[in-house]
Amino acid sequence: MATDPVPCTVRSPVTLQVGDVKTDLARPGVSVIDVALPSAQPLDLQEIIFKNSYTAFLTVRVQRRRPCDVGRDGARKWVTCLWNHCLMPSPHTEAGSQDYFSLSRHQLLCDVDQVTAVRLILRQPSPVWLHFTLEELRLYPRGQQVSDCWVDFPSWLSHLAPQQQPENLHGGVPDPEKVSTEVQQLWVLTEMIRANQTAARIGRFDVDGCYDINLLSYT
Amino acid sequence: MMLEEDTGLSLAIAQIVQRLKGSSLHSQLERQARGSLHKPEIKLESLKEDIKEFLKTSGWEKRLQNAVYSELNVFPSPCHPAAPPEHIKEPLVYMRKAQGSWEKRILKSLNSMCTELSIPLARKRPIGEQKELLNKWNEMGTDEPDLTLFRPVYAPKDFLEVLMNLRNPNYENGDQPSFRNHLGLIQVPLKVKDIPELKDYFSELGLNTGQLGIDDSTQVPPELFENEHVRVGQTVLTEQDSAAAQQYVRQGCPTALRAELWALILNISNQPEDILYYEQLKSNVIQHDLLVDSLIYKDVKLTASNDDYYFVFEDYLYQVLLCFSRDTSVLEHFSYNSATPPKSYIRGKLGMEEYAVFYPPNGVIPFHGFSMYVAPLCFLYHEPSKLYQIFREMYVRFFFRLHSISSHPSGIVSLCLLFETLLQTHLPQLFYHLREIGAQPLRISFKWMVRAFSGYLATDQLLLLWDRILGYNSLEILAVLAAAVFAFRAVNLMEVTSLAAAEAVLADLSTLKVMPLLQIFLFATVS
Repeated sequence: MATDPVPCTVRSPVTLQVGDVKTDLARPGVSVIDVALPSAQPLDLQEIIFKNSYTAFLTVRVQRRRPCDVGRDGARKWVTCLWNHCLMPSPHTEAGSQDYFSLSRHQLLCDVDQVTAVRLILRQPSPVWLHFTLEELRLYPRGQQVSDCWVDFPSWLSHLAPQQQPENLHGGVPDPEKVSTEVQQLWVLTEMIRANQTAARIGRFDVDGCYDINLLSYT
Repeated sequence: MMLEEDTGLSLAIAQIVQRLKGSSLHSQLERQARGSLHKPEIKLESLKEDIKEFLKTSGWEKRLQNAVYSELNVFPSPCHPAAPPEHIKEPLVYMRKAQGSWEKRILKSLNSMCTELSIPLARKRPIGEQKELLNKWNEMGTDEPDLTLFRPVYAPKDFLEVLMNLRNPNYENGDQPSFRNHLGLIQVPLKVKDIPELKDYFSELGLNTGQLGIDDSTQVPPELFENEHVRVGQTVLTEQDSAAAQQYVRQGCPTALRAELWALILNISNQPEDILYYEQLKSNVIQHDLLVDSLIYKDVKLTASNDDYYFVFEDYLYQVLLCFSRDTSVLEHFSYNSATPPKSYIRGKLGMEEYAVFYPPNGVIPFHGFSMYVAPLCFLYHEPSKLYQIFREMYVRFFFRLHSISSHPSGIVSLCLLFETLLQTHLPQLFYHLREIGAQPLRISFKWMVRAFSGYLATDQLLLLWDRILGYNSLEILAVLAAAVFAFRAVNLMEVTSLAAAEAVLADLSTLKVMPLLQIFLFATVS
């Protein structure tokens, strides 16, 4: 049920700096992370999940291979699918600095099918941070659920037909999209509840009536 | 957290349902629904709708609403599914590490006290001693055990030293003074609100809104505000609506209604099972003696018993705090508290997980001044089990943030930074002067904030302040009040030339009126 992220090579961030890297006192504010995907299979991207580490703004570009481009030069084009997305609303302060983020395909500006490479451009305009990067970067392919705690929807749920309406119904036909979303939510809810037992405690702090303890443990 | 709205909502709903599932409210709702089947208005064809209607009219839907509202207030919004549990406790790694080191120091201190005094951390009381304690349960204050060898595990000023040394390793903490270094004692770059944001956040405290603590003074005719406000309060209580009560108390609680309003906001109903639970805790106290009990005794004797307002409640304080230490339900709050409960093993079973226990059972080691969190509540609640529940709820919602290291906006680190930033921005001359004479303002105001001003303000003023803590579900007002107090005594403070003299100017806050100070500082100061 839990999807595996696509195996890919995440290169270390390359900082972009004007001037001599060694002698320039100012810290770079832009760096680029290139992600190479296994070249044989272009990927239909579903979601990108990562942990932030003091990056303020993120731009994502993907290299796509389009069937119509095959045979021509520049068969693979780079497009921007996320522009200057804010991860830290106040770059001089900690808010958002170490949070987890996920970007799913419908939040992106363009279609992310048939992706062969991904480039993440990180910006941190504030000079107070020593390093900034992204960690635990994972790409998830389309067609599978992406989070551990979500269960797979049966396929028929995604294809709810509009309801057959009796003629004397007041109002119009309910929007099938809306109905299917609500049913999906309800279904996930019931599945989660069925899967989890209650966490109510019993209230005992001793072990078989004994609370005779040694010193406190440091680990 | 970057969760889309729909997924975030579904996840929140699922988590709340999960938490309410084992609660007594759940079984009561089931029982009510089953009982309603006998009623004539419940028809089989429309069973679900009719039962829902019945629950609405009988007030049970409102109780469920209040429970959901309470869960939303207490638990943080659902995190990203990839976030591990420690991230939910505290997202910043260096703060988690600092909290871990601080806890280790406390454990070492407690262990060494235990070894030096040759007193076990816990022991079962012999039957004779159990009977004796049961007999004098209502007058434990008359006991005068020898507590000279016990010392508090830590005092607020020890904690302040730790906070002063907090550093983000990824931040440029140069020795040279620069715009990167803060001029106060706190050197971590947390986001705090500025005055325009505070004005917006605390908009109900504005000059054009009626307040208890200002507009109920003797010179103001009660028809202008007070009478109507009391009437609205009574309506809120009749409706039993938690959310409405929380909104209402932002303008202050009438004294006669305060106890019920706070209970409504905290969702405390004192059912028979709650009273039974309290009695169970009491029997745990009778059966086992903990080292922590002596720390509690010592704290009460040193603080509340010496206070003019609170010494009469000494017995209540023991009844609440001793039971609090045995309450394992408090362990739940550690999922959103950066702290971790101390662990130990049954004698002879070191390292065996089946014999691992928490110590004390509720995971909270009291420090010097801890009993002052309970003392003001004794004015409102006289029934021990209700007093107990109110305190416990206040602790797991608010007070725990005042003595653990976290980046939360209501955590003590943020409050300290908010205080220092407000003072530096709006009273720069005073801030600079105090710094120059070696009297960093936070050294004086820290103890006020850690205790939520309990024991420093007059009781009626303190309760007006705590009304707003409940109303806004935030402790930020403590930092604002601390800055407002400095602003109020600025003229005297500009003339002092030492830390001791500054302390003397700010030693007595018992004559201060809290609401006018807050209003002037936020809304009427020209900056």
